[in-house]
Amino acid sequence: MQSDRKTRFLTREEAIYFGLLAAVIFLILPMALDSFRLNLFGKYLSYAFVAIGLVLCWGAGGILSLGQGVFFGLGGYAMAMFLKLEASTPEATAIQSTPGIPDFMDWNQVTALPWWWEPFNSLAFTLVAVVAVPVAFAFIIGVAMFRRRVGGVYFAIITQAIAAILTILIIGQQGFTGGVNGITDLRTLKGWDIRSDEAKEILYFVNAGLLFACLFAAQYVRRSKLGRLLIAMRDQEDRVRFSGYDVASFKVFVFCLGAAFAGIGGAMFTLQVGFMSPTLVGIVPSIEMVIFAAVGGRLSILGAVYGTLLVNWAKTTLSESFPELWLLGLGALFIAVVMFFPNGLAGLWSEQVRPRLRKLFAGRGAGATPPAAPVPANSASAPDRPAAKAAAE
Amino acid sequence: MSIHQTSFVLSVEDLTVSFDGFKAVDGLTFYVEPNECRVMIGPNGAGKTTVLDLICGRTRATSGSVRFKDQELLTMREDQIVLAGVGRKFQTPSVYEDLSVFENLELSYPRGHSVFGSLFFRRDAEVKARIEEIAETIFLADLLDEKAAFLSHGQKQWLEIGMLLIQDPELLMLDEPVAGMSVAERKKTAELLNRIIDHRSVIVIEHDMGFVEDIATRVTVLHQGKTLSEGKMDKVKNDPKVIEVYLGH
Amino acid sequence: MFAGYSAGELTAIFAMQGFAGLILFSVFVLMALGLAIIFGQMGVINMAHGEFMILGAYVTYLVSNAFATHLPDLFSIYFFVAMVLAFLASGALGMLVEWGLIRHLYRRPLDTLLATWGLSLILQQIYRSVFGAREVGVTIPNWMMGSLPLTDMIEVPINGLFVMVLAVGISVSIYALMFRSRWGQQVRAINQNRVMAGAVGINTERTDRLTFGIGCGIAGVAGSAFTMIGSTGPTSGQLYIVDTFLVVVFGGAGSLLGTIASAFTISQAQSVLEFFLSGSMAKVITLLVVVGILMLRPQGLFALKLRK
Repeated sequence: MQSDRKTRFLTREEAIYFGLLAAVIFLILPMALDSFRLNLFGKYLSYAFVAIGLVLCWGAGGILSLGQGVFFGLGGYAMAMFLKLEASTPEATAIQSTPGIPDFMDWNQVTALPWWWEPFNSLAFTLVAVVAVPVAFAFIIGVAMFRRRVGGVYFAIITQAIAAILTILIIGQQGFTGGVNGITDLRTLKGWDIRSDEAKEILYFVNAGLLFACLFAAQYVRRSKLGRLLIAMRDQEDRVRFSGYDVASFKVFVFCLGAAFAGIGGAMFTLQVGFMSPTLVGIVPSIEMVIFAAVGGRLSILGAVYGTLLVNWAKTTLSESFPELWLLGLGALFIAVVMFFPNGLAGLWSEQVRPRLRKLFAGRGAGATPPAAPVPANSASAPDRPAAKAAAE
Repeated sequence: MSIHQTSFVLSVEDLTVSFDGFKAVDGLTFYVEPNECRVMIGPNGAGKTTVLDLICGRTRATSGSVRFKDQELLTMREDQIVLAGVGRKFQTPSVYEDLSVFENLELSYPRGHSVFGSLFFRRDAEVKARIEEIAETIFLADLLDEKAAFLSHGQKQWLEIGMLLIQDPELLMLDEPVAGMSVAERKKTAELLNRIIDHRSVIVIEHDMGFVEDIATRVTVLHQGKTLSEGKMDKVKNDPKVIEVYLGH
Repeated sequence: MFAGYSAGELTAIFAMQGFAGLILFSVFVLMALGLAIIFGQMGVINMAHGEFMILGAYVTYLVSNAFATHLPDLFSIYFFVAMVLAFLASGALGMLVEWGLIRHLYRRPLDTLLATWGLSLILQQIYRSVFGAREVGVTIPNWMMGSLPLTDMIEVPINGLFVMVLAVGISVSIYALMFRSRWGQQVRAINQNRVMAGAVGINTERTDRLTFGIGCGIAGVAGSAFTMIGSTGPTSGQLYIVDTFLVVVFGGAGSLLGTIASAFTISQAQSVLEFFLSGSMAKVITLLVVVGILMLRPQGLFALKLRK
C-alpha cells in the first residue's frame, strides 16, 4: 500500500501504456504502412487531438461539446489560409482577372484580398492563430455559458447550433472562404512541397510529436489539483463552489484547452491532407469526434487515441467495400457504446482484460493506477480495494 | 440598534426572497455576534435552509441586506463569499465520492483556488500535516486513502465538517449536522461540533432539541419566513407563540 | 436596403414574406411540439426526431401512391388517411424505441443524445436503402393547388394555408391533452417528481412510453404536412433538427406557449431577412441572435423561477 501520497506525473503502469502507444505510433505504423496509408493514419491522428480534448471536457469535466469541429475547423482554416496565400502568388495566378488572390475569390468576383486575410501572409501569425483563434472563440462561448451556469444538454445543443451556424456561414460566403469546396489545392509551406511522399512522412512524425505533447499536457492537467477539481465538479458542482472555487472559470479553462488541442489537430489535418472544408466543421463531424472519444473510453486520454484510430480505420475499410453498412455500423456503434460499454475500450481493458492479466502475472505491478481506470483517481488510491467497505465500518 | 453594527460578524437586515410571489423569507432581520452559536429552529417550510442559501449566495435575495464584517454578501459570488470566510455544510452529506478522503480535504485547503493556482498546486509537507491533523479531529485518520464513496453516512458527515474546518471559516453554517446518524455517531458528532464551534461564529439548523440546548448561545424560531421568537433557549421554549406553532395544529 | 421599392410594394413584400414565414412557422410548430413534449416534459433529448418526421413523410408518399393506383376516385382525401397512418407509424416506432433504448438511459441525458444520434443514422440508412437516395415528392390533390388572391398584389398559396390550419389544430389538441386530460396531468406529475408520481400509483413506465410515442407521432404528422410544401429525402430530417431544438430551448423547455411564441419569432425573423439577404445569411443571423439571447437568458423566453 502506498502511503506517501505523492502526485506522480506517471505511475509505472501508466508509463508502460504511454510507451506502448508511442511504439505503435512512432515505430509500428510507419514500418507497417506504405506512404499512402501512413498519411491516412496521420489524418486519423489529427482527429485524436479533438478526442483528447473531449476526454478532458466531457469525461473529466462533464461538459459535452457537440461543436468541437468548430475549433478543429478554425485551426485548420487558419493554416489553409496561409498555405493558400503562398500558393496564390501573382505569377501562379497570372491567368486570373485579379492575379495574386486565391482562385476561389477570383471565381466569385472578389477583386481584392479581404483585410482579415492579410495577416495570414505571415507564418508566425498563422501558427499563433491556429491556437489563439479557437481558444478565443471557446473563451467567449465558455464565459457566456458557464457564467450563467448553462451546462449539460443545453450546452451540447448550443455548441451544436454554433457548429451549424459556422458551417452555413462558410458555405454561404463562398468568395471569402471557398464555400462548400473549402480551401483546396494547397502546395507548399515556405517553399517546401507538402504533397511529396517524403514531406508527408515528415508531417506524420511532426503530427505524432505534437499529439504526444498534447497527451502529456492533458496528463499533467489530470494529475494536478485542477484535474481532481474537474472530477469533483462533475459529481458535486455545488460543493466545489462552496469550497471557494469559481466553477465557471475552471470549465472555461478546460473548454479552452480542448479548443486549443482541436485547433492544432485541424492545422495538422490541413497540412497532411492538403485542404480544409466545411465538411470537417459541421454537426456531423463534430458528433463523430465525440464517438471517437466514447469508443476509446471517455475517461482515458490514451483510449481516445486508440478509439480514434479504430473507428476511422473501420470507416475507411467499410466505406470502401460496403458503403451502406458503414452508416448502419456507425449508428449501431453509438448505441452500443452508450448502452453496453460506457467506458469504451479503456473500460474493457481495465474491467475485463487487465484483472485477468493480473491473475496470470499475479503480484506484478500492483498498487499502481491504470490510466484506463474508469475513475481517473489520483495515484494514491488504488481503485480496487475490496477491503475498503469493511474498513469503513 | 444600540450596539455598533461593526461589532457583529453577520448582520441580516430585512432579507426577503420571493418565488413567483411566494415569500419564502419575508423581511427577516437578525444579528450574529463573534463566537456566538445561533441555532435556527422552526417547522418544515419555515425557510431555515433558504436563509442559509441566501447568506451563502446559493439563492439570490429579492431585497434586503446581508453584511459579513462590513462586506455586502448579496452582490458576491458563492466562491467569493466562501473565500471571505463563510463556510456552509449541506443537509445531505455532499463529498466527492470518486476522490479519496485525503483528496477531499485537500480540495478544501485554503490555497490554490484560482485556475492556475490549482494547476500548479504542490502537495507539500505543510498541506499533508494540516490534512492529517484535521483527519485526526474528524475520526478519519485511518481512512485517508479510502475513496469517499466507501464511507458510512456518518463518516461522510464528518468528512464534510472536516472540509469546512480546513477552510477555517469565521462564520460556519451547518444544516442539520446530526440528521440520519446513529446514536453513537450523534454523540461523537456533538462532541466534535462542540470542539469546533469555539473561536468562531456558527449558525446551525437543527431539530434535535437536546442537541440544540447543548450547543446554542441563542435561538431564532422561524415561521413562514419571519422571526417568531428570538433569545435564550429557556425564553424561547416558554414563548406561547412558539408553543402554538409547534403544537397548535 | 429599402431603396427602389414603393410603399405599396414594401407592404406586399412584408405580407408575402410574412406569409412564407407563417408556413415555416407552422412546420416549426409541428416539429417543435413533439420535441417540446419529449424534451420539455420528459427531459429526453431525441436527436432522431427529424427521422420520425421523415417517416411520416414517407408514409404519406406511400399512401399517395397507393391511392393513385388503387383508389383514384378518393385521391382528393388521401392526405387525411396518410396523416393518421403517419401518426400511428411514427408513434409506434417511438414507443418501440422508448422500450428498447430510451428507458435505459433516463438518468443519462447526454448518453441519450448520443444513442438517439446513432438511431438517426440507422434510420437514415434504412430510408436510403428502401426509398433511394433521391428526394421524393407527393402529388398534391387538386384542391390544394393554386393560391388565394387577397389583394391584387398579395396572394397566399392554399397548401400553405392548409399546413397552418393543421398546425393550429394540433397545437390546440396538444394543449387540451396536456392540461385537460388525465394523461397530461400524469405526464406533468412525473416531470415534477418521478418518485412521488410512482408512489401515488401512476404507472410511470407506461406513461413515459405513451408520452414518447405521442411526441414521435406528432413528428410524423409534421412530416406528413411537410410533403405538402416540399420534397423528402433520407437526410431531410437532419436539416431541421438544430432549428427545432433551438425553437424549444429558446421558448423555454416545458412551456408549450413558449415553444409556439419562439417558433413564431424565429420563423418570421428568418423569412423577412431572407428577402433582403441571401438565404444562408438570413439563417446565420437568425440563429446567431437566438444563440446570443440564449447565452444571456439560458432559461429561454418563458420559464418559471423556482425554489431549489
